Amino acid sequence: MNKVIDGEMGLDSFSFSSQNKDLAEVEIAKYPEGRKASAVMPLLELAQRQNGGWLSRAAMDYVAETLDMPFIKVYEVATFYTMYNLKKVGKFHVQVCTNLPCWLRGSDQVVDACKNQLNISFGETSEDAMFTLTEVECLGACVNAPMMQVNDDYYEDLNEVSTKSILSELASGNSPKPGSQIDRKSCEPIGGLTSLIQQSKEAIESK
Amino acid sequence: MPSIKINGRDIEVEEGLTVLQACEEAGVEIPRFCYHERLSIAGNCRMCLVEMEPSPKPIASCAMPINDGMVIHTDTDLVKKAREGVMEFLLINHPLDCPICDQGGECDLQDQAMGYGLDKSRFLESKRAVKNKYLGPLVSTIMTRCIHCTRCIRFAQEIAGVPELGATGRGENMEVGTYVEKALSSELSGNLVDLCPVGALTSKPYEFKARSWELVKTQSIDVFDAMGSNIRIDSRGSEVMRVLPRINNSINEEWISDKTRHACDGLGRQRLDRPYVRRNGKLEEESWDGVLSVIAEKMINTSPKRMAAIAGDLVDCESLVSLKDLMQTLGCNNLDCRQDSGAFGNPRSSYIFNSGIKGIDRADVILLIGCNPRWEAPVLNARIRKQYLNGAIIGVIGPEFDLTFPFEHLSPDLKEIKNMLEHPSEFSDKLAKARRPMLVLGSGALAREDGEAILGAARDLAERVNIVNSEWNGFNVLQRAASRVGGLDLGFVPKTNKDLGTREILRAAEKKEIDVIYLLGSDEIEMDRLGDAFVIYQGHHGDAGAHRADAILPGAAYTEKNGTYVNLEGRCQRALRAVFPPGEAKEDWAIIRALSERIGKKLPFDNLLQVRERMSEVNPIFSNVNKISEASWGEFGSRGEIKDSEFIQPIENFYMTDVISRASATMAECTEVALAKKEKAA
Ligand code: SF4
Ligand code: FES
Ligand code: FES
Repeated sequence: MNKVIDGEMGLDSFSFSSQNKDLAEVEIAKYPEGRKASAVMPLLELAQRQNGGWLSRAAMDYVAETLDMPFIKVYEVATFYTMYNLKKVGKFHVQVCTNLPCWLRGSDQVVDACKNQLNISFGETSEDAMFTLTEVECLGACVNAPMMQVNDDYYEDLNEVSTKSILSELASGNSPKPGSQIDRKSCEPIGGLTSLIQQSKEAIESK
Repeated sequence: MPSIKINGRDIEVEEGLTVLQACEEAGVEIPRFCYHERLSIAGNCRMCLVEMEPSPKPIASCAMPINDGMVIHTDTDLVKKAREGVMEFLLINHPLDCPICDQGGECDLQDQAMGYGLDKSRFLESKRAVKNKYLGPLVSTIMTRCIHCTRCIRFAQEIAGVPELGATGRGENMEVGTYVEKALSSELSGNLVDLCPVGALTSKPYEFKARSWELVKTQSIDVFDAMGSNIRIDSRGSEVMRVLPRINNSINEEWISDKTRHACDGLGRQRLDRPYVRRNGKLEEESWDGVLSVIAEKMINTSPKRMAAIAGDLVDCESLVSLKDLMQTLGCNNLDCRQDSGAFGNPRSSYIFNSGIKGIDRADVILLIGCNPRWEAPVLNARIRKQYLNGAIIGVIGPEFDLTFPFEHLSPDLKEIKNMLEHPSEFSDKLAKARRPMLVLGSGALAREDGEAILGAARDLAERVNIVNSEWNGFNVLQRAASRVGGLDLGFVPKTNKDLGTREILRAAEKKEIDVIYLLGSDEIEMDRLGDAFVIYQGHHGDAGAHRADAILPGAAYTEKNGTYVNLEGRCQRALRAVFPPGEAKEDWAIIRALSERIGKKLPFDNLLQVRERMSEVNPIFSNVNKISEASWGEFGSRGEIKDSEFIQPIENFYMTDVISRASATMAECTEVALAKKEKAA
């Protein structure tokens, strides 16, 4: 993953909303006196959410000040973890997994669908600032591969058509249903259970 | 004591050591990059791998504490193979640019690659390239060479106390830097260059100037503050190319300040390389013969009461004793080695750092009075910081500065010393209850008109709160001038109350009661107060003194003479000559000796040895080289009132405090950067 070290950093001022202030207090309270710095990751996450999905420098500095940490220590954390975005992202941050299981199950089509539909490549943001497309490593949903994450939601069992339709729905302000796109229940096998059938029957009967 | 076996040999080592340290004690050298004995352990380079029974895998010896009965092997095939493997990985991304790298010839990686490197690379992919970072005017970066040992990060955070460096990104994209571009705000940043085991951080002013093997190395003593840091002067021909620290655990450990390291380019600029005499208001070149006769005539024909001598901050003890003897044989006792008229007392303990610099490592409560150690002695400040990290409590009376560690600010007003004396406060209780309380009195406080009273009050406070007892003397004066303690030890001060010190000399000169003033390297006094006196300037730079002078005697800078300096803790040390003075300039004591002959009062010494014998005669501490001589406690200072007067910062700009640093282009650049930073912050 390439992290942006230079580039737009955002120096406008930043401070937590009163709601986030309270949430930050809760996080800080989890750690013993004098160990505030331990709360750096949850606070960065709060800051990222409040800031529209990315961490500006002002936001990182604010977190550092809140936690009495040297600025650089916060920059280190923020640049280490790929889920902190150091560049502006669009309203929808589309993260497509291209690791082996997803690739075997056709992530290439998903990627192409995204690129064609949004007219951007990896690492870019659409002109209307609606979509940012990012290539990511395994997101832990391989069982329903291929998949992509849009903001907080996973969309699984994708193909070209479903990917495009999700993106258009999002673009037109609707909220497409997250999860498997082929009517699979959570991560059960496609076409119903194939094992442990007997046991579950007995279990039902005994009730 | 645990006993362990290293390469089949049993040895007993101290509890709490690491395997690497134990090996070192056993005389077995372990290669390393990230480990440094003055920094915390990182354990990330893996170069120090050794075999430990019965572990099937090699272990990182720098991070493994010893255990009784441990069996260690450092010379097996497995160890060799493991280290070769680590080296191969390190070299994967390290460029093969030794021929154009400043570190070449003194590079840990180069040296260790000789032992553990393969002769060809098996890595066919492309190497990574990393953008260089800007760290200020002193440290140059070629970050592609960085091996991520994190020594620089740990130094900035732990020793210098400016946590501004870090490693951003991860894996292949990890980069060491500040993330947000800025110059490091430390007076110790030059030490990063020494610490970096490769050529990633190199000295910017010295960039591409010389190769380490073509330099002549001279062991010497620093003069930019009063610590007497041990340095190595590297010269080529007649030019000082760079200054590096030498290890001395009692003084500077292995650090030096940026001024000590980088002001040396000032040695080549604005030098006085021939004698001058002022005629019709203009300085004209003159021969040695000519200038000495002019001065001799003046001095012979002036009444000793109407003469005076002031010595500057960089002067060696040999010239001080020579000038003192000369003036006194002429009957003149208007002498002062204190350009700032700082108060001092009769027992030596009234003007030195009694606990010794090493004493800081034992202090548990430290009271700083009217000083900014970060600027007055940056390396000493780092030591106080170290003690702060070890748990010492620190209080400050006087102006507040960013000292790189937190402290209790007791009062901006020096009157607080008296207050504490009369009404015990919370902090004075802490001092009284401490095992080894310490008080550090700044030279700026002593230089005030009421310096005597401040000195007296501090002394009494020291007695009151047990800072001085039979085993411990924590009464410390933080001198700023390299020549000061030596000058006071030699008695380069007015002999009696009737004789004039700097303050009175200036007053008298203003009233035209002084006809001849001898400035021995003295440039930091108010020259426009010298009236119409005939001013003799002996020194090495064309600065304030030379501008005002009527006759100029070109002398030698600290790198150009064998000199003795007594540091702030009262340790007498010898500096060695690295290069010869430029042009016709001469060693200073010899100039004075030559002048004395002209005057007809020939000083009784003909060589350096005899001058030094004379110094020991004046004060036996000069026979005690490299050691601290006992200083007895006694009465000093006055019981007068401490006034309201505002505290005057003795140092306005850390980078330019004396003739050499004022002539240095590097220091000028540092000043600019520091000013820009200050403006931005304001
Ligand atoms: S710059 Fe030098 S000291 Fe700093 S991490 Fe890299 S190799 Fe180590
Ligand atoms: S490989 Fe795509 S989610 Fe695991
Ligand atoms: S010296 Fe031990 S890991 Fe670096």
